[in-house]
Amino acid sequence: MISKEEVLHVAELANLKFKDDEVDGFVSQLDDIVTMASQLSTVDTEGVEPTYHMSDTTTVFRADEGKHTQTREELLENVPEVQDNLIKVPSIVDKEDGE
Amino acid sequence: MDYFNETIDSLHKKLADKEITAQDLTKDTLQRIKDKEEKLNAYVTVNDDATEDAKQIDNDGIKGRLSGIPIAIKDNILTKGVLTTASSKILSNFMPIYDATVTEKLKNAGAINVGKTNLDEFAMGSSTETSYYGTSHNAWDYTKVPGGSSGGSAAAVASGDVIAALGTDTGGSIRQPASFNGIFGIKPTYGRVSRWGVIAFASSLDQVGVMSKRVEDSAEVLTTIAGHDVQDSTSSEKEVPDYRANLNKDMHGIKIAVPKEFWHEGTDPEVLKTVDEAIETYKKLGATVEEVSLPTLKHAVEVYYVIASSEASSNLQRYDGVRYGFRAKDVKNIKELFVNSRSEGFGDEVKRRIMLGTFALSAGAYDAYFKKAAEVRTIFINELKSILDKYDLIAGPVTTTPAFGIGEKIDDPLAMYMNDILTIPANLAGLPAASVPAGTVNGLPVGLQLMAKSFDEQSIFNAAYALQEENKFYEQIPTALKEED
Repeated sequence: MISKEEVLHVAELANLKFKDDEVDGFVSQLDDIVTMASQLSTVDTEGVEPTYHMSDTTTVFRADEGKHTQTREELLENVPEVQDNLIKVPSIVDKEDGE
Repeated sequence: MDYFNETIDSLHKKLADKEITAQDLTKDTLQRIKDKEEKLNAYVTVNDDATEDAKQIDNDGIKGRLSGIPIAIKDNILTKGVLTTASSKILSNFMPIYDATVTEKLKNAGAINVGKTNLDEFAMGSSTETSYYGTSHNAWDYTKVPGGSSGGSAAAVASGDVIAALGTDTGGSIRQPASFNGIFGIKPTYGRVSRWGVIAFASSLDQVGVMSKRVEDSAEVLTTIAGHDVQDSTSSEKEVPDYRANLNKDMHGIKIAVPKEFWHEGTDPEVLKTVDEAIETYKKLGATVEEVSLPTLKHAVEVYYVIASSEASSNLQRYDGVRYGFRAKDVKNIKELFVNSRSEGFGDEVKRRIMLGTFALSAGAYDAYFKKAAEVRTIFINELKSILDKYDLIAGPVTTTPAFGIGEKIDDPLAMYMNDILTIPANLAGLPAASVPAGTVNGLPVGLQLMAKSFDEQSIFNAAYALQEENKFYEQIPTALKEED
C-alpha cells in the first residue's frame, strides 16, 4: 500500500532521515498503520462538515498592547550556540557541494 | 511520610495547626520519592529546590488549602527554572524561562512542585516505555507498565509519594494510567484548563488534568488550575465551580448510559465483570442505567491516530536544533542541522507519528486521510452528543485489560494503539472524562470510566465520589509496596 519511495519522500518532507537498516522495518510498520487508517473510507461522510478544532469560542479579541515578558538574555538561555548575543547556525548556503 | 491515609484536607489541617511545617513535609516527601525511585522511576527530575520553596511558604504563613502541599507535575508542563524534557532527548537540556499557566496557578495557591514525572516521549504512548529516561513501573506490580502517557504521575500518586499530580490527556493519557494504578484521574472538558506552557502534542485534543487517590483532592486541584487564560484563546470563559464544595454523592435520578460497543468481545471478561459491578452499585444507589449504541466507535482509533499524528507533525516542526533543545554535531549546512537534530533527538514512536501525520497531510493523501478523519470525527461527536442529550453520564471500562507487562506490546505499534479505543472518544468530542477505581483483577486495579456533557465535570466528580464512598478503594495499598513497607 505505502511504498519505500513514498516513505522516503515523507521523511524528506518531515526533515527526518532513517538509517538503511531501519527503513524496511519502518516502511512495514507505517504500512500497517496506514492500512488501518484506510478503514475510514468505508464510512459515508457525504455532506458531513469536518471538525478541525474544538474551541467553543469564535473570534477572540484582545487589546493590542506591548508587554515586556522575557529579556534577550533569558531568550538566549536555551540556545545551543550563541555568538555576539545572536543565535549561531551553520551556513545557510551550502558551500561544499553547492546543491 | 507517605500519603496513603492523607487528603488535602488532613494535610492542610496539620499545616495550619503547625503540627508539621511545609518544609518538613516537603523534605519527607523528597526523601520518600528518592527511596522509591530505583524501583518506580516515576520522575525525570526530583526538584531539590522544593525545600526552599516550602521554607518560603512557612515564612509567609499557611494561607489557602493547597498552601505548603507537595504536588508532582508531568514533565511536559513548563516549570520555570526546573528542567522540562517531555521525556525526549530533543528537550533533554531544556530549562523553561517561564511557567505554564497551570504551574503558575498551583504556585500562587502555595503548592510545592516536588518533581517532574516521567511520560512517554511527547506523551505519545500508553506505557511510558517510549520515554528517553526509561520506563516507569506500575505501583502494584513492578513488572507491569504504569500505563501512559502520564505513567510517572500515576505511579507517584499510587505509591503514596504525593497527594496529587498533574497529567495531560490527548487520547487517554490520564485515565488509562489512573486505571492501571488504582487511582482517580480526570481529563476535563477541552478548554476548561489553559494549555499555555504545556508542550503541544495534538492541539485539538490535549488537555491538562489531575490524578489523586481521592476524588475530592482532584476536585480541589482542578478548581485551582481551571479557568480562562488570555494566553490560550481556546480556554473557556465559563465560570469555574468549586467542584469539591459542590460534591454530592446522591445518585437518585441520575441517568447513566452504557454503550454496548464498550462491552466488546476483545475486552477481558474479568475487566467487564468489575465494571458491571460498579454499574450495579450505581443502580443500588438510585441511578437509572440504560444501554445505548455508539456505532462509530469501531473507527475511533483510526480517526484519532490520523488527527493526533497530523497535529503532532505540525506541532513538532519547531524542534529543529536552532533555538533550544538538542543540536546535532558535525553538520555542514542548516538543512542537515534540522534533519540530524530531529533524527537523533526524536525516538522511534515520535518519528512514526510525525511520519504518519506528514503523510496524512501531504498532497494526494489529505482528502482521503486528514479531511476524512475530521469528517468521521463530526459523526462520532454527534453520536456522543445525542446520547448526552438524554443522559447525565456515559459509563464503561477505561481499558480492555489491566496493566500489561513491560515489553509486551512495545514492538507492535498497532496493538499499542488499540489500547486507547475506549479513552479516545472523550478527546475526539472534547468531553470531560475520568477513571475511578472499581476493583482489581488478578491483583491489578481496574477503573470505571465516566464521561459527561461539556463543562459538566461536577457530574463526574459526584458519581466518582459516590462509588469511592461505597468501595473505599483508596484504603488498598498497592501490592508491590505492601511487600516492602
